[in-house]
Amino acid sequence: MSDGMKLRAWLLTDAPVSRHHARLAGLYKGWLSFRANTMAMFGLSILVFLALVALFAPFLAPHDPFVQDLANRLEPIGSPGHPLGTDSLGRDILSRLIHGSRITLYIVMIVALIAPTAGLLIGTVSGYAGGWIDMLLMRITDIFLAFPRLVLALAFVAVLGAGVENAVLAISLTAWPPYARIARAETLTIRSADYISAIRLQGAGPFRIITKHVWPLCISSLIVRVTLDMAGIILAAAGLGFLGLGAQPPSPEWGAMISEGRRFILDHWWVATVPGLAIFTVSLAFNLLGDGLRDVLDPKAGGRQ
Amino acid sequence: MAVAEKTVERRRRAPLAPWLKGTLLTLGSMAVTMLGLLFVTFIIGRVMPIDPVLAIVGERASQSTYDEVYQQLGLDKPLIVQFAYYLWDVIRGDFGMSLLNARPVAEDIARVFPATLELATLGVFVGIVIGVPLGVIAAVRQGSWIDQIARILALVGYSMPIFWLGLMGLLVFYGILGWVGGPGRLDIFYVDIVPSVTGMILIDSALAGDWAVFRNAFSHIVLPASLLGYYSLAYISRMTRSFMLEQLSAEYVITARVKGASERAVVWGHAFTNIRVQLVTVIVLSYANLLEGSVLTEIIFSWPGIGSYITTALLSADMNAVLGGTVVVGLIFICLNIFSDLLYRIFDPRSK
Repeated sequence: MSDGMKLRAWLLTDAPVSRHHARLAGLYKGWLSFRANTMAMFGLSILVFLALVALFAPFLAPHDPFVQDLANRLEPIGSPGHPLGTDSLGRDILSRLIHGSRITLYIVMIVALIAPTAGLLIGTVSGYAGGWIDMLLMRITDIFLAFPRLVLALAFVAVLGAGVENAVLAISLTAWPPYARIARAETLTIRSADYISAIRLQGAGPFRIITKHVWPLCISSLIVRVTLDMAGIILAAAGLGFLGLGAQPPSPEWGAMISEGRRFILDHWWVATVPGLAIFTVSLAFNLLGDGLRDVLDPKAGGRQ
Repeated sequence: MAVAEKTVERRRRAPLAPWLKGTLLTLGSMAVTMLGLLFVTFIIGRVMPIDPVLAIVGERASQSTYDEVYQQLGLDKPLIVQFAYYLWDVIRGDFGMSLLNARPVAEDIARVFPATLELATLGVFVGIVIGVPLGVIAAVRQGSWIDQIARILALVGYSMPIFWLGLMGLLVFYGILGWVGGPGRLDIFYVDIVPSVTGMILIDSALAGDWAVFRNAFSHIVLPASLLGYYSLAYISRMTRSFMLEQLSAEYVITARVKGASERAVVWGHAFTNIRVQLVTVIVLSYANLLEGSVLTEIIFSWPGIGSYITTALLSADMNAVLGGTVVVGLIFICLNIFSDLLYRIFDPRSK
């Protein structure tokens, strides 16, 4: 038996010898069932590709994304030196696209950190404490859910001023309520479990119970929700950029690039089309990945065991 | 003794029917949510980096004028009192004056709202007409090519930036093919021909019997409405499919099949009848979501609705208009949500 085979057998065992062994075996089985989902793997590979592009953007981009070349403005797709053409100021669209991937990933990652964390905190406290704290926190959650997301984000940006950081903040402020709902629902089922009573009898306080014993169990449903939400975050950020309320020119943010290309849409279609395709590809990838993760991590919804 | 009295007291009061109690609870929570919504917009208005006094008196006003206006606006009162004033204003339908055109914001909103209503209604209509049958067929023939197509349509719908799809639609169907009217609600020659009764041009022109205007208005609305329709279709067809799947695996459906009922009777007569109420609530919700989708769509198609109104106001720092628009959209959103909840309570016997 080769080393690889041995490792595989060790990972697929029915009788784990330690806690770590059991956890690794569980992860490996999850990965196997995830790998069998072609569409989810497709989504994952697009995202890995995007991450690599963002990481190595300065080396991959053939031109400086900000340098204007007015002699060669609005060059069509496939022109020499500019595979995806140039925009109205003669900037290379491919280079702007590559650098723009950094902004997109930045926004998604920050929102995906802030919103679920805030939701987890509010939801678990609300569910565990119960009573008037629960009433109050859930009312606040309902109020935020009552606004259409984009309209609320617009109002927040009006207060905060336009810009990438403020767009991130505005999107996070509108994105947390669903996470709070999920975390609360999970907490309510966990709270009455026997093992929580057991820990409480051992003298654990609410802080310890929530952080050590409730949070770990909420994580997987939150992860599924985050992945499915990321497409929405990208679309919201692009929408704000398109309206001129997110990233400001000359930033190569994809939504702002579409907004720039909009003026020439009938004569120079590629300027707006290319960044839109990029947004579509990335949010599609997140949706595919989210569907696959839901099947693996959330057996209730996946219907497979 | 006291306990006995209490029981008697309790027995004397007629118990509320559970559904009525539920309805009252829903209405109560709606009132609280609305109050909260107004509080949020109020706070946004207060922390706004624009000084409302300066916006009125101008930068060169003397300190005494400034103080006078400051007091007139009630800004010297405690926050809670200011909030009460604000509530009273909103209840009377007063959102203040637009700083841009010095007209009441409420009037402006009343003027632009029918355009959004017309667009969203037609959008939902498209979503229902295509989405519901698509969802039913996808559920009945689970795994077939039509199910796959429905799945892909929905997935693409969830992943596509709506403003970009709108641009592409304009490029292809207006720019290249010339099948539809361009941005705006009417061509310039048709503007202001029919009297405005409802503010919805399709209805107004039909009432006036002016079919040339109607045709022109239709050619302008068909693209943005199909676009919004596609987004609600993605949602409606997915929900229809999962509702139908649940029904089709129920025992009464098997019974009906065993009895020899035709496939058509089983699907449309038995299963579909049972999802109607759920479906209506989903449709009302997707109508509410279209209000949101219409913001970006209206920008693309230069559609003079509430989405364009809020965005234009935002870009010119007209805060009364932004907040007024946000409040109106938020209130409609809440009302539609509650409405769908009530529909469910009243018409679904299972919820009693």
